[in-house]
Amino acid sequence: MNMSIQMQDLGVDHLPSVDHAEHHEHDAGKRTVLGFWIYLMSDCLIFASLFATFAVLVGNTAGGQTGKELFDLPCVAGETLLLLLSSFTFGIAHIAMQRQQRGSTVGWLIATFVIGLGFIAMEVHEFAGLIAEGAGPSRSAFLSAYFTLVGTHGLHVTAGLIWLTVMIHQTLRFGLDGMVLRRLACLSLFWHFLDLVWICVFTFVYLREAI
Amino acid sequence: MANADSNHASIGAVVAGFGLSLVLTALSFASVMSGLVPRDQQLTAIVVLAVLQLLAQLVFFLHLGTAPEQRNTTVIFILTTLLIATVVSGSLWVMHNANANMTPMQMSVEMAKSRE
Repeated sequence: MNMSIQMQDLGVDHLPSVDHAEHHEHDAGKRTVLGFWIYLMSDCLIFASLFATFAVLVGNTAGGQTGKELFDLPCVAGETLLLLLSSFTFGIAHIAMQRQQRGSTVGWLIATFVIGLGFIAMEVHEFAGLIAEGAGPSRSAFLSAYFTLVGTHGLHVTAGLIWLTVMIHQTLRFGLDGMVLRRLACLSLFWHFLDLVWICVFTFVYLREAI
Repeated sequence: MANADSNHASIGAVVAGFGLSLVLTALSFASVMSGLVPRDQQLTAIVVLAVLQLLAQLVFFLHLGTAPEQRNTTVIFILTTLLIATVVSGSLWVMHNANANMTPMQMSVEMAKSRE
């Protein structure tokens, strides 16, 4: 990184080496994003084992309420809509950042943050409601698996929100330079990935239970 | 310098991904909540709709594809799906058999609690 800046400072005389340095940085950016993708795939395996655990334990309600009695589908549809909308706003932010529009990028990232926060608020409200009903994670194996699976997704979204605030700050502070773009590209993958996991959550946890 | 990632998204792709996801989500919830789909077909319906939505988002939001610069991520993703299929279906199969072959417990939850 520093190398390439120094080499650029040398100016036009050294054009071939500048190109060379940029090429290297470009490759490094691609490698970072690929490495982050591999991390996401390992995260996928964590979720896969949590889904498998949930599927095994879903019938073990220990005489308590089943998902059909507990889950509020309109509320889940609202959460789904919010997360999908935040994926859309991040997609727009991604385009703005590729066009080097700093203000627009920050605007759409803030929109994504607010909508993501709405999702977390709805989820916390839903969890609090369940616990108040006496259907907390210690009630049955089914509920333990449910809270672990959906809670892990919620924690990921919360981590994404923290990362979003950091990136909004960095975009304002440093502008859309190579480093910030690379980090935003990784965050973009992370955010869309969480929406993918949520598709599996609403299908295999909420809707399947409601059948 | 401007591209840390080589996948140049377009507004069209983002809007298409969002629109498709909205429609598929609505269909998923409707097939369970409206009662228009017969009960024994609801599971098939939501699984098919979920797979379609996963594919739509993978292509339009995560830019998976067969272009040379997308190939690495796509291959890694396919390998991961194989691992996930093994973990999930294997767990369900093993645990189903363990459950089916377990010695019957002639004891209710209440009886077990009263023995403590």
